[in-house]
Amino acid sequence: MGDTKRSAGRGSRLLGNRAVLVSTTSTILFFIAVAVVVALAPGSDIVGERFLNWVHLKQSLLGTATAPSVAEAFLLNVRMFMIAEAIILVLALVIALVRGVPGPVFFPFRAVAVVYTDIFRGVPLILVLYMIGFGVPGLGLGYVSTRSDITYGIIALVLVYSAYVAEVYRAGIDSVHQSQTAAARSLGLSRWQSMRFVVLPQAVRRVIPPLLNDFIGLQKDTALVSVLGSIEAARAAQIYGAEQFNYSAYVVAALLFVLVTIPLARFTDHLIARDRRRREAGGAAPGALGTAAGAPHDVPGTIG
Amino acid sequence: MTEMAHALRVQNLSKSFNDNSVLRGISLDVATHEVVCLIGASGSGKSTLLRCINLLEPVNAGRIWLGDEEITRAGIDEDRVRQRIGIVFQAFNLFPHMTVLRNITLGPREALGLSRSEADERARGLLERFGLSEKSDDYPDRLSGGQQQRVAIVRALAMDPELILLDEVTSALDPELIAEVLNLIRELAGRGMTMVIATHEMSFARDIADRVCFLDEGVIAEAGPPDQIFTAPSHPRTQRFLQRIIAAGRM
Repeated sequence: MGDTKRSAGRGSRLLGNRAVLVSTTSTILFFIAVAVVVALAPGSDIVGERFLNWVHLKQSLLGTATAPSVAEAFLLNVRMFMIAEAIILVLALVIALVRGVPGPVFFPFRAVAVVYTDIFRGVPLILVLYMIGFGVPGLGLGYVSTRSDITYGIIALVLVYSAYVAEVYRAGIDSVHQSQTAAARSLGLSRWQSMRFVVLPQAVRRVIPPLLNDFIGLQKDTALVSVLGSIEAARAAQIYGAEQFNYSAYVVAALLFVLVTIPLARFTDHLIARDRRRREAGGAAPGALGTAAGAPHDVPGTIG
Repeated sequence: MTEMAHALRVQNLSKSFNDNSVLRGISLDVATHEVVCLIGASGSGKSTLLRCINLLEPVNAGRIWLGDEEITRAGIDEDRVRQRIGIVFQAFNLFPHMTVLRNITLGPREALGLSRSEADERARGLLERFGLSEKSDDYPDRLSGGQQQRVAIVRALAMDPELILLDEVTSALDPELIAEVLNLIRELAGRGMTMVIATHEMSFARDIADRVCFLDEGVIAEAGPPDQIFTAPSHPRTQRFLQRIIAAGRM
């Protein structure tokens, strides 16, 4: 078994070198083709001028006397998703935990958690934004009804994304083998202590990539809060475009969003890799998680 | 008055999973400092019995006492009971995200409420005693199977239990790693630890047990001192089981 695996490994490394060559070549050819098609398009000059005009790129980034700076407006997006994400990470975890609480007494809580996730995963964010942003102020509830558009926007984002993230947490919790819970309970830990010290830390590590995915989705969807009137990056770009008859501001806004997500993605990759290195250093089995948590029959593979 | 102190009493225990009845009226008394080995084919109910004793499985009928306390009564604090019973599993079940030291101190700190320094001291003492000192900061995945299982035993010991249950703890190990785990268990027996051991290692059972129980289809078909069970079994099923074991070269 070990021998076939090792030779397969050598094979795939050789294949790897070739694969790199092929992928590099095909990537270059692909982009040349795209560039040629775009350059030959009848409207390429006009589109280039409209979307990639250097003066407008710079001017929209910094703002003019009449149009807001896209960069400054983007800070509002950053603020919204930082606040929303912090709340979502906690609220979604609570929802996921409530859904998993056993016992007939807790049935109503479980039911609320299920109905909540079903509804808010199903309704488009923009509709939730309208309902919260225009509905809550209309209720005339004093303090509650007199918050800013940004606050209602954040609430809508939290409501929708918590439903998604709760399901991600739940999948992570379910993925931790029940033998881990058995081991924790056998030490006399309570159900909650087992969850807190044994199951959750492993569950969260496993769902970091999908959590990041939702985090990026959230960052982008902060642009939708503009429907309530907030001037965030996308709306600032729109204002600039309408004023100058040039869409370079949209490109600026797009670049700003990408600039934030890429470092975050790399950072998460780094965290995952570091965690794996730490646990597996010393040359244990590739499927090392399984040796401690999973089926006993996988175990003999761990030591040569 | 002359009766020996019982660490564990199991009376008429029955357990079924859906329609499949796994234990059909098991009665077993274990005296303090006694080592009882459970033998029998896979599926005979050895593991289920141990899991029921540790309250990891609810029982259908029957009663269990730990010391003087009935632990199957309604309203028992299961966590407190489990703090008094150590169990070691076939698949180790170490916590992969914690170092060896943290694996061992988790129970004492969170369940028993020991301070960090008390728990660390206790854990380091045990690791030292069983030759695992230099592994205390490693993660379980870096250890061999034998080392992992020894850590799992130390983790159970760190709770200072009245009774230890060992559930086929060498079945997942490569043959050359079995001895180190068995030697550790022998040492525990030598120090008077009360143990119930489900095992397929017949020569080990013969060597270490004060009493051997042969489980067959959810009942204890035969129980007695190891010499009697292994050399002159009276029950035909025990005879057949041991013949198969000898034929398979496991004894």
